[in-house]
Amino acid sequence: MGALAHEAHGHHGAHDHHEHHEEGFVSKYIFSMDHKMIGKQYLLTAVFMGVVAMLLSILFRIQLAWPGESSDFLSMFLGETWAPGGVLKENMYLGLVTIHGTIMVFFLLTGGLSGTFSNILIPLQIGARDMASGFLNMLSYWMFFLSSMIMLCSLFIETGPAMAGWTIYPPLSALPQAIEGSGLGMTMWLVSMAIFIASSLLGSLNYIVTILNLRTAGMKMTRLPLTVWAFFVTAVLGVLSFPVLLSAALLLLMDRSAGTSFYLSDIIVGGEMLDNHGGSPLLYQHLFWFLGHPEVYIVLLPALGLSSEIIATNSRKPIFGYRAMIGSILAIGFLSFIVWGHHMFITGMNPFLGSVFVFTTLLIAIPSAVKVFNYLTTLWRGSLVLTPAMLFAIGLVSTFITGGVTGIILADSALDIAIHDTYFVVAHFHIVMGMSAVFGMFAGVYHWFPKMYGRMLNTRLGYAHFWITIVGAYGVFFPMHFVGLAGAPRRYYDYSVYGEFDTNSYEMIMDLNVIVTVFAIIAAIGQGFFLFNFFYSIFRGPKAVQNPWKSNTLEWTTPVEHMHGNWPGAIPEVHRWPYDYSKPGYEEDFVPQDVPLKEGEEEETH
Amino acid sequence: MSFKLITLIVIVLGVVALAQLIRVYELSSKLRNRREEDITNRDNRLNANLLMGFTFFFYIGFIWLMLKYGWTGRGDAASVGGEETDWLLNLNFVIIIIVFFITNTLLFYFGYKYIRKPGVKAYYYPHNNKLELLWTVVPAVVLAVIIILGLKVWNSATSDASKEAIRVELFSKQFDWTARYAGEDNILGHFDYKLTTQENELALMTTESLDSAIRQMEFGKADGTVMGIQLLEEKLNNPKNIFIPEDLEKMENDLDRKTRLLRLLVQMRARHNKKWDAEAYDDIIQKDTLHLCVNKEYEMTFRAKDVIHSAYFPHFRAQMNTVPGLTTRLKMTPKYTTKQMRGKMKNPKFNYVLMCNKICGSAHYKMKMIVVVDSPSEYKAWLKSKQTFKDVFLAKPVEAAAATPLEGTVTPADTAKIIK
Ligand code: HEM
Ligand SMILES: [Cu+2]
Ligand SMILES: [Cu+2]
Repeated sequence: MGALAHEAHGHHGAHDHHEHHEEGFVSKYIFSMDHKMIGKQYLLTAVFMGVVAMLLSILFRIQLAWPGESSDFLSMFLGETWAPGGVLKENMYLGLVTIHGTIMVFFLLTGGLSGTFSNILIPLQIGARDMASGFLNMLSYWMFFLSSMIMLCSLFIETGPAMAGWTIYPPLSALPQAIEGSGLGMTMWLVSMAIFIASSLLGSLNYIVTILNLRTAGMKMTRLPLTVWAFFVTAVLGVLSFPVLLSAALLLLMDRSAGTSFYLSDIIVGGEMLDNHGGSPLLYQHLFWFLGHPEVYIVLLPALGLSSEIIATNSRKPIFGYRAMIGSILAIGFLSFIVWGHHMFITGMNPFLGSVFVFTTLLIAIPSAVKVFNYLTTLWRGSLVLTPAMLFAIGLVSTFITGGVTGIILADSALDIAIHDTYFVVAHFHIVMGMSAVFGMFAGVYHWFPKMYGRMLNTRLGYAHFWITIVGAYGVFFPMHFVGLAGAPRRYYDYSVYGEFDTNSYEMIMDLNVIVTVFAIIAAIGQGFFLFNFFYSIFRGPKAVQNPWKSNTLEWTTPVEHMHGNWPGAIPEVHRWPYDYSKPGYEEDFVPQDVPLKEGEEEETH
Repeated sequence: MSFKLITLIVIVLGVVALAQLIRVYELSSKLRNRREEDITNRDNRLNANLLMGFTFFFYIGFIWLMLKYGWTGRGDAASVGGEETDWLLNLNFVIIIIVFFITNTLLFYFGYKYIRKPGVKAYYYPHNNKLELLWTVVPAVVLAVIIILGLKVWNSATSDASKEAIRVELFSKQFDWTARYAGEDNILGHFDYKLTTQENELALMTTESLDSAIRQMEFGKADGTVMGIQLLEEKLNNPKNIFIPEDLEKMENDLDRKTRLLRLLVQMRARHNKKWDAEAYDDIIQKDTLHLCVNKEYEMTFRAKDVIHSAYFPHFRAQMNTVPGLTTRLKMTPKYTTKQMRGKMKNPKFNYVLMCNKICGSAHYKMKMIVVVDSPSEYKAWLKSKQTFKDVFLAKPVEAAAATPLEGTVTPADTAKIIK
């Protein structure tokens, strides 16, 4: 292999005569095969989807805080059909929750997060001219775009979007008689997800192949930045688990339209006795969570990778325990395949099977803990530069801790009996997955914006954004633990039903719901700072320098202006690991990866 | 309309104001020759202080919530098993809250303490195997304790109920619960969803209910609420009727489906053992409220008619999904009567409740049943006042729509032949 192969690759594509070639608008901005442009396309789509999903959540939070009260805001967005008189309809509440969850988990945090950063960073950080297949990469993005549009369109149809929750458990999702969203809305959900999965597979395969084959000379696996390790394991998880979701969805499609009975048995719905027999709704849950749990790490690992890089750079210190970090990523990746049953402790699954899942689930806490302690030690005695990216990365570690520890309670099946499907679970996964991954994504955008757009984001706006976001988001999700411990089930349209049997809990839940909604509105408004900063800086931000954060990784050796093939000359060769920050014996506090070892210098073998 | 306008104006003004601010900021940066990526010591210090401030308010908020609401907003556990759960929950909470405070404090404190200082270089410290071993082993040991204790409680919560446990079935459908008590014999009668009729909502299996279901499947009901196979065929075969294609298809599908179901019913009837009748007939069906007797062990079984629901008893710390096509179970021993619990909660209007805790449709949030835990004597008196399934079901025989089969239609005898 080595440099020669990469050079060859750089020149083999017909489109790749970069030195003297003016591109048309369409091939440069729309059907681009350049990984940097595709990454930016992913980012823009994800930002858009994220804003939509956030708006949806504000709509249903208004209903939760002030149930039954008329709201101008609701009627403005939902009109008379879904919010007659400004009061949200019960079914639409469930529809909003479902689409909010789906967009956030799949479109923002799976497609958006790893789509954006895997695309932009993998070739740049491993020293490759582009992805292994630019064409498949382009196809992957456009399928992602198509699936996003289908999902959004489902919000506007007459019977409403899918309404069975983001986990779409059948029979509810299989029977249009059970809820109107399980008609056309659910069909669109399934079609959209099928396309999404195809897109994700194309993307992941490309990432894996690129990382394995196109590393520049000297870039051993043990010299890869942790970002790339995280993207790599994420892609492997995706390839192994998304097909299972696809089969789950296909079987569901068949139950819905071909009269099969994979998930259906002994059902009477809407006064109609179905003759489906022998299927099992639990089968669906097993298939779904076989994807679903790895999925949460597909969401989280890229964020952890990004933050590892950002924390090391801005602490001006090597990441502590590089090998242990890789080990934990691998361990988490492996274990995440054998813990899915912790979502099913009380589905009627065999209790002994439950015990096994308790054991494996709690094992995952060990590599997670190792990662946290390694982050802490990296900060210890560093020389911290608190850029907005760094603040978001620190925030990520905090939310990873705060959300992770409640996972330990949930993983204990005996305790899960009491709190499964309550707001405690909602708090857990929003903090550990929602907040951490979103923080990781923001950190990544602030850190690599100069690389993406050649300009700088405004730092002050970044600070305002960070502080509003962390206060707002903790303000939203922290009180939810208490709502859940009070026993409040999730996915309830109106908690004033508590007034009928427990007035104490009623008051508590209603009070906290108002607090939560207020914080949610604050946090949402805070995102305005980001959106403004983002779009303003793309066009008018100050021009960036080549290596603004004085970082070691290869992407900062490329010119600010984007070009096909990334490096104007030969691809730099790599001589050291990426974390030589503040290395004794060097004047500067960073030593980029392409700087050869000095005579007599020991390479860090970590 | 005006609301939309105002929103729009606010947004536009906000963006314009921000843009102006940024302009000013950029100009001043330019004048001072400051680049965006250079974080000044002042900014660094400010954010470090904010980190400490945030930590402080975060902890205050947490402690305030704990003091105000405690972790059991729903009061002490009201069942024997629930007390064990609470004990374990407390223990785990103590552990994770300690971890939460230590690690978050270290994180934010480091973020505050180790900010860049002139002349101080970061300490090059790439790894330390001993340390890493330490924080692999310590969590592993703590987790081992958590796992062992957890599985002990889990095993005792999910082991079989004793022989004497009172059997109760909870039947769930969109959007309510029905309870069925096993009656004198403490055996719940057989059931099959195909036996569901308006008179037999829980689809209990007795000779009479089988006959009635077969009759209704074939001939429908006299009051026209149920359309039987016979009527369907008649409609479809009548040359005078003209249907739009969708209706036609639907009716043909209905006919096929009902014919298949009928065949299964007839088979079931043939296999039926008359001895089972008694098991079902002494069952007691109860809507509205679930009455339980204090300090008695219950074995509850669960059924779902349409979609998945979940039987959630927050105060008893008990929960189990109800799944169409599958019978699930849990055991539970209520420890305090409703009256006692009202005293403990200092709330004279408090009631135990059974809620649905799995998204099941539009009125999911209303799907609940009040639970009353009686003293033994109250419970006995209450049970005495209830009618058995036999009393209710056999009281009013159902009339079929057509007593004599029309020409060309299938009779039960024919169906039986087909099956053979
Ligand atoms: C220490 C590590 C963790 C443990 C032990 C753990 C454990 C659990 C358990 C047992 C549940 C099921 C709770 C229930 O439904 O009653 C759960 C739910 C969930 N967890 Fe975690 N978790 C951990 C970390 C994470 C991470 C890192 C993420 C995401 C990045 C995550 C995302 C989720 C999600 C999305 C759900 C809920 C899904 C749903 O029901 O809609 N968890 N977790
Ligand atoms: Cu999981
Ligand atoms: Cu329900």
